[in-house]
Amino acid sequence: MLRQKLAACAAALLLCATAAPAWSAETTKVAITYIVDHPAIDAARMGIVDALAEGGYTEGETLDITVQSAQGNMPTQLQIAKAFAGLKPDLLIAISTPSAQALQSAAGDIPVVFAAVTDPVEAKLVASLESPGGTITGTSDKQPFGPTLELIRSLVPDATTIGVIYNAGEANSVSQVAALKLEIEALGLKLEESTASQTAMVADAAVSLAGRADAILIPTDSTVVAAVESVVNVGEKAKIPVFASDTTSVERGALAALGFDYYKLGRLTGEMAIRILQGESPGAIPVGTLDTQDLYLNRTSAAAMGVTLPDALLETAKKVVD
Amino acid sequence: MSALALSGAIEAGLLFSLVALGVYLSFRVLNFPDLTVDGSFPLGAAATAVAIVHGINPFVATAIGTVAGCCAGFVSAYLNVRFKILNLLAGILTMVALYSINLRVMGRPNISLYGEETIFTPIANLIDLGLWTNSVILLVIAVAMKLLVDWFLGTQVGLAVRASGENPVMARAQSVDNGRMTIIGMTLSNGLVGLAGALFAQSQGVADVSLGIGTIVTGLAALIIGETLFGSIKVAWATLGCLVGAVLYRLFIAAALSAGFLGIQAQDLNLVTAVVVAVAVILSQARRNSRFRLWPWLRRQVTQPQPQKG
Repeated sequence: MLRQKLAACAAALLLCATAAPAWSAETTKVAITYIVDHPAIDAARMGIVDALAEGGYTEGETLDITVQSAQGNMPTQLQIAKAFAGLKPDLLIAISTPSAQALQSAAGDIPVVFAAVTDPVEAKLVASLESPGGTITGTSDKQPFGPTLELIRSLVPDATTIGVIYNAGEANSVSQVAALKLEIEALGLKLEESTASQTAMVADAAVSLAGRADAILIPTDSTVVAAVESVVNVGEKAKIPVFASDTTSVERGALAALGFDYYKLGRLTGEMAIRILQGESPGAIPVGTLDTQDLYLNRTSAAAMGVTLPDALLETAKKVVD
Repeated sequence: MSALALSGAIEAGLLFSLVALGVYLSFRVLNFPDLTVDGSFPLGAAATAVAIVHGINPFVATAIGTVAGCCAGFVSAYLNVRFKILNLLAGILTMVALYSINLRVMGRPNISLYGEETIFTPIANLIDLGLWTNSVILLVIAVAMKLLVDWFLGTQVGLAVRASGENPVMARAQSVDNGRMTIIGMTLSNGLVGLAGALFAQSQGVADVSLGIGTIVTGLAALIIGETLFGSIKVAWATLGCLVGAVLYRLFIAAALSAGFLGIQAQDLNLVTAVVVAVAVILSQARRNSRFRLWPWLRRQVTQPQPQKG
């Protein structure tokens, strides 16, 4: 009985082993992995693939791409990293911090390009932003908060306290809030923090800011962004303007956002990938970031949150949601 | 499947075999459905990572991670034994609390151990087996822990722990302190899980606060696969099952990850997990009359006369 079962298992595994993907010889091979499925990550991934295609690496013709999501599970992420390294592709691409760290320890001498890592130095991915060294480089999604704070001050002139909602368990968010705190205090304003460790707790975190904050700012935090509607709901009821750092949140009810277009960030990553595929050393390519932020505005939410949007501002917006 | 993917799967499997041993102690030996592990696994990783970053010897750091896991198990058991909080709830409470504690321990959500000295570095310098170094070291540790659990469950205390899990009423009649046995068993169980976390952080080079998600599912899946293969009556076979089950489980995941196999893709992983566990349970139903313990237990639960009111 036991021997039969063991044999069956062995046979099943052998079958899997022979079913490894068959790379063809002439094409370039790239493997992409990311920690969890998320609109910003998906946008970045599309940007990467499009940029590669425009650079002459067309999927299915001159390029083989393998894409795998770890579905939020770290052990799986690490296993994916090893499996990818074993495929010996020409380049590995990671979107998000944990994915990049997993590839870093598995990759060996295969070059790695990361996208959307907020603080690559803190994550020990690169030695410095200017000269990464090693075989890893990529793009950072660390946003300057100055322009967003200016926007908040122009739309809510009497705001003295800015509330921020984030997940203290996300490395990206913690590093954003630390930067935000410095900028807010430099302006003579006060920061009120509220944290939510799960999507279901975002509503409570938002409610707790009512009466404590004159405006709410949401960083690019995947937990909070996943439940941005519950923050908007509180903002409308308590007449607290809600600002976001990613543009998709505006379409879901946030008043305004000055944010990176993750598709563009993906394209920048893709361009760096092409440079590496053409022989440049990753260690010599500085960590890239976008220097433009897109303004998205939501007219309906503005009315509901008691804010008037000046015409001049509406004209500079890339998109106005009604 | 490439050699690297295979070694990755075996490495992950051996790491999770320690979790499976812990889950065996709580779920099977003590009959305590313990969900603390989703918190004690990252706790072990966090404590060890912080210690290593602060320059503490990695072997000491690993011990710190293990002890941290023990503490988590102790808290769950104490909540259950002393305050009569339902075992399931006690574990959940500790697990939820540990999320915040792990953040406090690390001071930030993610610590990279890349380039730091770990317990694997001095051994790898001594005997370099290339790709397989970590796997071999982990195999030695996993087998040692299996033998330790086998030995413990054969001692006077271990037998008392088993008795109190199997039949608390009978155990009490033999003057076994059930509460104390629960605490001892749970402390050991989560110590093993903490050790797994500590080794995970070192072999993979990162401790992250979200590391614990799904630990219990993986541990249970490994345990059930092992039981299906080896049965669960004899301790030595059951613990061997934990090792083999965990490695097999990770190999199945690796198979699901190798693109092109039956069209399964990474996004189907959770479904694969569920199917693997369900199949293992269905297979073990065949042996419910002989060796599988869950069914007699369930039958006991169903046929037990309800206490009369008044």
